[in-house]
Amino acid sequence: MASILAVDDSASMRQMVAFTLKGAGYEVVEACDGSEALNCAKQQTFDLVLSDVNMPVMDGIELVTELRKISDYKFTPVLMLTTESAGDMKMKGKQAGATGWIVKPFNPEQLLSTIKRVLG
Amino acid sequence: MSVDLQQFHQVFFEESFEGLDIMESQLIDIDVDDVDEETVNTIFRAAHSIKGGAGTFGFMNVSEFTHVVETLLDEIRSGQRVLLRAHIDIFLQSVDCLREMLESLQAGAEIEEERPAALKKEFEQFLAQPAAGVSDEAAAGTAGEGTVDAAADSASDSSSDSSSDSSSGKAAEGGVAQVVGWQVTMRPDANMLRWGNEPFRMFRELAEVVGEDVLTVEADISQIPSFGDLDPESCHLNWTLNVAKGVDKKAIETVFEWVEDDCEFDYQPIMSTAPVAPADHSAEPPAAESKGEDGQTAEAFTASTPENTPQTSTDTVEKPAEPATKKAPAAKPAAVKKTAGKGSENSSIRVSIDKVDSLINMVGELVITQSMLGQLGNDFDISRLGKLLEGLSQLEQNTRELQESVMKIRMMPISFAFSRFPRLVRDLGSKLSKTVNLVTLGENTELDKTVMEKIGDPLVHLVRNSLDHGLETTEERVAKGKQAEGTITLNAYHQGGNIVIEVSDDGAGLNESRILEKAIQNGLIPENNHLTPEEIHHLIFLPGFSTADAVSDISGRGVGMDVVRKNINALNGTIEVRSEREVGSTFIIRLPLTLAILDGQLVRVCNETYIFPLVSIVESIQVNRRDLSHVTGSQYLMQLRDEYIPIIRLDHVFSLRSEDEQPDDIMLVVVEGDNEKIGLVVDDLLGQQQVVIKSLEQNYQRVNGISGATILGDGTVALIIDISGIGKTVDSPQHRERIPSSNQAA
Repeated sequence: MASILAVDDSASMRQMVAFTLKGAGYEVVEACDGSEALNCAKQQTFDLVLSDVNMPVMDGIELVTELRKISDYKFTPVLMLTTESAGDMKMKGKQAGATGWIVKPFNPEQLLSTIKRVLG
Repeated sequence: MSVDLQQFHQVFFEESFEGLDIMESQLIDIDVDDVDEETVNTIFRAAHSIKGGAGTFGFMNVSEFTHVVETLLDEIRSGQRVLLRAHIDIFLQSVDCLREMLESLQAGAEIEEERPAALKKEFEQFLAQPAAGVSDEAAAGTAGEGTVDAAADSASDSSSDSSSDSSSGKAAEGGVAQVVGWQVTMRPDANMLRWGNEPFRMFRELAEVVGEDVLTVEADISQIPSFGDLDPESCHLNWTLNVAKGVDKKAIETVFEWVEDDCEFDYQPIMSTAPVAPADHSAEPPAAESKGEDGQTAEAFTASTPENTPQTSTDTVEKPAEPATKKAPAAKPAAVKKTAGKGSENSSIRVSIDKVDSLINMVGELVITQSMLGQLGNDFDISRLGKLLEGLSQLEQNTRELQESVMKIRMMPISFAFSRFPRLVRDLGSKLSKTVNLVTLGENTELDKTVMEKIGDPLVHLVRNSLDHGLETTEERVAKGKQAEGTITLNAYHQGGNIVIEVSDDGAGLNESRILEKAIQNGLIPENNHLTPEEIHHLIFLPGFSTADAVSDISGRGVGMDVVRKNINALNGTIEVRSEREVGSTFIIRLPLTLAILDGQLVRVCNETYIFPLVSIVESIQVNRRDLSHVTGSQYLMQLRDEYIPIIRLDHVFSLRSEDEQPDDIMLVVVEGDNEKIGLVVDDLLGQQQVVIKSLEQNYQRVNGISGATILGDGTVALIIDISGIGKTVDSPQHRERIPSSNQAA
């Protein structure tokens, strides 16, 4: 089954995402900010990265930018979890190299359907 | 699959409370004239997380409320708006409000609607104030009324629905013409694939959204370069998609949402009849074409299907039905009837992993010792006695270490209790127009969690008192030649087995003459008294004592220092005050480190063993019966150096011995509780040891003069004496309050 890196500084969100994905059979690794995520990504290759935007230390935008510099992650889908429905953050994420986004708040079903869309 | 989100609620509440604490402390730290960007970011991030989590876990009123907070924060963060002092005030209020909301949610109670609604109005006013470029966010904030989050959503929805595409808009207006299908041309940038967006995935998804049988996809391969020039990472294909169904344009757009900016899209509606107002149509060729072909073209398109069409969509993918789900949160807010979570307040402790590891380590050692002793016991021979003793001493060490580390888990730095004071002092200070500087020292001093929870209120009371009664107004201070800014210091440190917390101010100090006057007026002391300054200071701890001339909003609500003292005594602690005129007052609280374990002095009275808390023992002396002076009835006094102390005979209190059988030599333990010394007569002093306190109330019932019980090594139960309580059990009513003990002698 596909492996997913879930990045969020909020423990409740991260747990919810991880729990949902694990329940659907994905392998999930959690990270609580961008720099931790980057370390994880270097140790293991993931099929998908799900990242919050607003995080301390290294935010989601910076994370995508850094990920895209790694050759293993050139084509890996990276989805941003964002509350900014205004579009501002979506665009910033896209410009940095994100594949797409999921707008918070989302429920587990929405999360899974989006991920299934991306991973096929 | 359905996931029960409730299991994450507790984590959400905890992190939200932490987030609110962060917001609060950062807001207090912020300097309006020199705003630190990172501080604003931190505050924003905390609010943002709360909003996101609240939305996800279905707490819509929290997420809506946080949305306006976040909007204002965002404008400040992005430099669109200058941070004002008024902003900080309203942010702080919203922190309180959010805390209240979350607390009610956590308790499974209904959320009180008024306060958030009122605050939200204030936020909206702030947002409506002109500041560069606040247009759309402010609009989202104000238009939303009840559903701000949804408003933002629907705003973006409607913009794409109606305004963005003139042709569809006109078509709808035309009324006669009906959209029966769409022709979408998609011309991706060469690098669309680079970021993981896979066109076939999107087509497959579209097929699911609109229905597999109505979608045809045609690839335009004309742009593919010769093999030599082919860049495998670039996209050289263009596509034309035909949807032979009058679906909502948005449904199609949603599928391509992520690549909107990486591709050129051209949406052409296929109409059933000719549109009424074709003038507006910038009459592009495909549009004209579709007009001409009218409704019956569906089959024609299908006929030209290239092999690209997703023939077998592996129907595992659930229908995303994006538009429908997007609307859902908009509908929800009205129906936020709480799914009343179990009301029990689940208190939990965060423990550092180190502490848990050391605990596991110790349990491991305990198991080893146990198995060693077990082996020894299986075939014990007296020759192996040495080994047994060694094992037992190891067991003792293991037990002690284990006890210590378990206690450590309950220990938390006192900063948890101190953290609320910067805010409190700030708010009160501005209310009383006193400039106050709060200094906190020893914040890392650790204290048992239960003690911490119970010391909070007394501390608040003391700090309020210091601010309200202790510190002078700025003018008074200046007139006295003091620094204009008053200082309140909170200091915590360990001393012996106790934690000491001091609340001091550099204010006017206690006014002895006023205290005396008041105490006489309230009938607490006789008029002709000879009290030392210390004794006068202690009067403030008497019930019914208040020097406040008018009951103010801040302190003096009838809850006096006597309640503070009672609460602290209930924690086995003591409070005293030191004060000097014009220099300031210091309240000193002494508390045991924990409530679960007590350092006790074991004493024997007849055949019973009792335990005195070691902290309250002043001295133990041997006296002769003749040294006691009989006052009345069963009341005795003894002169101990220059003071008289009441004597309590435990054998009488517990009816262990009749009045007349009294030994001549008496062992007296002088103890101090409530700032008052008493002598307790015992038969013998036994050892000192740590005892685990068991509640008598829970296991039996409350007994005056007894604070609890413990089980001794030999299995017998020993009662723990409540030092401040035991005095009262034998006090005759007229002596109920006898604090300045020497006064009685006088």
